[in-house]
Amino acid sequence: MILGRVIGTVVSTRKDEKLSGSKLLVVRATDPRGKDEAGYVIAVDTVNAGVGDRVLVVSGSSARMASGLKDVPVDAAICGVVDAVDVVGGAGAEEGSRSDVAPVEPGGARKATPGLRDGRA
Amino acid sequence: MLLARVLGTVVATRKDPALVGSKLLLVQPIDARSAPIGKPLVAIDSVGAGAGEHVIYLKGREAAHPFLPGDVPTDAAIVGIVDQWYAE
Repeated sequence: MILGRVIGTVVSTRKDEKLSGSKLLVVRATDPRGKDEAGYVIAVDTVNAGVGDRVLVVSGSSARMASGLKDVPVDAAICGVVDAVDVVGGAGAEEGSRSDVAPVEPGGARKATPGLRDGRA
Repeated sequence: MLLARVLGTVVATRKDPALVGSKLLLVQPIDARSAPIGKPLVAIDSVGAGAGEHVIYLKGREAAHPFLPGDVPTDAAIVGIVDQWYAE
């Protein structure tokens, strides 16, 4: 699923009949810190999201598993309104994804990145 | 299925009823040499993974299979925690 922000709505009176009654929102993809990214998607809203809300969007055929969308022709649905995104160490996703950043044990002690071993395990 | 590193958690109180009770984790896809590839994404956790751990995740329709017979609207699910791996 991707994180995004609702930036608008789409009104479509002539559409597939199974889509009637569905709320169509324009969602801009964002990074974990909320910064806009390229790309947007038209998603059916199933959780009453509004413009400006940070949301969770499920894509592909899994979108039809959102409530009420069983046989609806959709490939993107808003399945959650995001309250918070907690990245460990508070580092943004970019810093958090540096490969030399060793995972942190719950107690805060760093452990060696399991990753690649020199010899065979 | 692919490898990823868990960056943190996503909290969403208002969400699809089928997602209630599921843990949403922010993961960074990585290649076999542990380097990050692509953008972080949100995956549902079915094995109790924690931040900093390396995991196996899958994408697409099958991501809902760990939760069958329920219909869970997810296109990414963590299905394993990696202890270690070796790749040429």
